[in-house]
Amino acid sequence: MAYSEKVIDHYEHPRNVGSFAKDEDGVATGMVGAPACGDVMKLQIKVGAGGVIEDAKFKTYGCGSAIASSSLVTEWVKGKTLDEAAGIRNTQIAEELALPPVKIHCSILAEDAIKAAIADYRKKYGEGEDAAKKAAD
Amino acid sequence: MKPDFTRNHFELLGLPVSYAVDAAALDRAYRDLQGRVHPDRFAASGEAERRVAMQWATRANEAYRTLRNPIDRARYLLALKGYDTGEESNTAMPPDFLMQQMEWREAVAEGRAARDPAALERLRGEIEDSRAEMHALLARALGGDRNYDAGCSLVRKLRFLDRIEAEIDDALEALAEGAGGAHPATSLKGHD
Repeated sequence: MAYSEKVIDHYEHPRNVGSFAKDEDGVATGMVGAPACGDVMKLQIKVGAGGVIEDAKFKTYGCGSAIASSSLVTEWVKGKTLDEAAGIRNTQIAEELALPPVKIHCSILAEDAIKAAIADYRKKYGEGEDAAKKAAD
Repeated sequence: MKPDFTRNHFELLGLPVSYAVDAAALDRAYRDLQGRVHPDRFAASGEAERRVAMQWATRANEAYRTLRNPIDRARYLLALKGYDTGEESNTAMPPDFLMQQMEWREAVAEGRAARDPAALERLRGEIEDSRAEMHALLARALGGDRNYDAGCSLVRKLRFLDRIEAEIDDALEALAEGAGGAHPATSLKGHD
């Protein structure tokens, strides 16, 4: 499998690897897994005042494309509101990393992971900060 | 004898359409069918007959391979019942299950980094226990319970166990060859 330069860069220098403490304020976790390949992905976001994602961390057990996809997403979501982050599509990830068709599922996994993290945040904290942000806009 | 492509794998082998398959009966049914349709028996026949025999033999092989493997058999039976196991599309596994996968994968990475084959073998034992438990649940779900949603979920779960065992094999092989190490994205410890 020939990986693109961007995949190799993210694979060799993954951004934002690690975890936040679970009880840290504003932290939410998305965990997803791909049965077909057994890849497991954990993506955490830390949401600050105004409903903006201040920081993100990930941990992925999977192939280079899965690691690169999650690494890229943690970079992309920083500075975005929850709604903006929820708008990230796997096609954008696949395009940015030039993933071949057989690796598209890795980008889907990353999209599902960020969506799961946002859903976890909203379950934990409600729409509070997000709603406050919208009202202020 | 023309191949009847409307018959499913169970029917082709003359077995009841059921997850519970007696391995000896399956072997017997396959040998019997192969004996009747093996291309060698049609060596002296015309081309059309030989081609038909070849199609039969191919079908028989596929049926046997599918029914012999419990996961393939479960997936096939679920498809007959109109259920898609969602292995390609369903990423929403139960959180505690995914957490367990994370921990196991981390343990593999640690065993590899610490060059500790005994720890990896212990881990394999733990996973085998879990696999046996899931197979029992699968037999119940697809048997008396007819809980096909649970069956789909168990097939998905078992795929993760296949993967982690492959990772353990990989790690043990790497240790045997004197290599080691793991990728930073998977070996760094978090706060939790």
